[in-house]
Amino acid sequence: MTEQQEIVPIRVGELVGEAARLYAEGHRLVQISCTTLESAYELSYSFDKGYRLQHLRVTVTQEEEIPSISIIYPGAFLYENEIHDLFGLTVRNIAVDYRGTLYRTKVQTPFSIENCPVPVPPKPKQEAPKETGEAERPEEQREGSGE
Amino acid sequence: MGQRNVIPFGPQHPILLEPLHLQLVTEDEKVVDVVPSISYVHRGLERLVEKRDYLDFVHIADRICGLCSFMHAMGYCQAVEAVMRIEVPARALYLRTIWAELGRIHSHIFWLGVAADAFGYESVFMQSLRVREEVLNVIEETTGGRVIFGTCKVGGVRKDIGSETLQGVVRRLTALRGELQDLTDVFINDYSIRHRLVGVGCISKEDAYTLGCVGPMARASGLGIDLRTLGYAAYGELEVEPVVENTGDCYARCLVRIREIFQSIDLIREAAGKIPEGPVDVKVKGTPNGEYFSRIEQPRGEVIHYVKGNGSKFLQRFRVRVPTFSNIPAMIKIMKGSELADIPNIIVTLDPCISCTER
Repeated sequence: MTEQQEIVPIRVGELVGEAARLYAEGHRLVQISCTTLESAYELSYSFDKGYRLQHLRVTVTQEEEIPSISIIYPGAFLYENEIHDLFGLTVRNIAVDYRGTLYRTKVQTPFSIENCPVPVPPKPKQEAPKETGEAERPEEQREGSGE
Repeated sequence: MGQRNVIPFGPQHPILLEPLHLQLVTEDEKVVDVVPSISYVHRGLERLVEKRDYLDFVHIADRICGLCSFMHAMGYCQAVEAVMRIEVPARALYLRTIWAELGRIHSHIFWLGVAADAFGYESVFMQSLRVREEVLNVIEETTGGRVIFGTCKVGGVRKDIGSETLQGVVRRLTALRGELQDLTDVFINDYSIRHRLVGVGCISKEDAYTLGCVGPMARASGLGIDLRTLGYAAYGELEVEPVVENTGDCYARCLVRIREIFQSIDLIREAAGKIPEGPVDVKVKGTPNGEYFSRIEQPRGEVIHYVKGNGSKFLQRFRVRVPTFSNIPAMIKIMKGSELADIPNIIVTLDPCISCTER
């Protein structure tokens, strides 16, 4: 069973407004996660109402500041502190700010772009160019060849 | 205003099975503020996706936590299967459901023992773990492991359970009901336990929803949130009704967990009766390219497994949001205003799993 999930990309400036709108509509905050990209970070804010999950997707660079939604959803403070400690992103005005002491790791910001390489996807296979002058084989013979 | 003191609770404490630190700000005997602190067992498991390909990583997911072992693997596999559009055979879905419910039973019985021990009822603790041994024996006979099941894989499950073995499992669990009923009756009806739990650590339905409570903590406050009603695995074919209480106190959280033990036994019996014949896995080809948030109902509540792949055999991101992480803000809210002596009761009825929380 695969759930239908909606991912809505928004700008970082729209985050607090969208979170407030979802709170007013009765959504609960499910989770906030962060993914390291090649040169940016992708934040996913997940909300649920009536077992229907929807996500707000924000893409930020290392230098950008992210506004906290803990004033709307008090439980968000843990996720935001985690994102700050593990990814090195700055989240403004967190209700309970641990100032980098929530996760005490030997490697600072272990999930940041510098520390967390993005796996290289395999290169698409390129078909070998046909040799010039090759005779066209009949269809019946082609079906019997290969795998 | 009384004198304020800051009392450190944990990371080592007789009632804490795993390290969790709380700074309790107290005025006389009342707690006025709480600052939780984690990161004592942070293992960085999520970054292991760089070292283990997506098929091997299920073994890491199995080991995120001992009590919720199988369901972490199941959630991970579900996420990868959704990304790769793999159709898992029906028999494998039923087997996953049976093992998930066995995991729920042994987790809740373990919680019962620990909670009883926290109140000084060592006999109930020992009897609970004795009863739990029967469940662990069933798990070992069907999977090969007592705690780390190791049977879930992308595309299905690794082992099958024969029909005779399955009927034997149902008979043994049915026989266990009587012992469990006696044990839980002692816990529920005891005057001292009721005196310490009824009306203690209350959280309202509205606060539980706003603060993101999940699992028995939410259901004890009247929120009927149970992800099994979504119908993942074989739950869509079974009768799953969220176990709900309305008072929102510590006693209600205990009642919810105890009733869920019996509900899980019934679900296993129902699943064993309906399980179809057929293969237990499908061949998996290719690599994941896409993302998905998988949600399942662990013993402690809703868990999210997020998987993102870019076509490489190594996942780009794996993220787990566990139920205890979601319940911590509610725990803080409950503790503020409670008596210092009630803090262990509140923590025990929250049933935190710190190894899950910190990963």
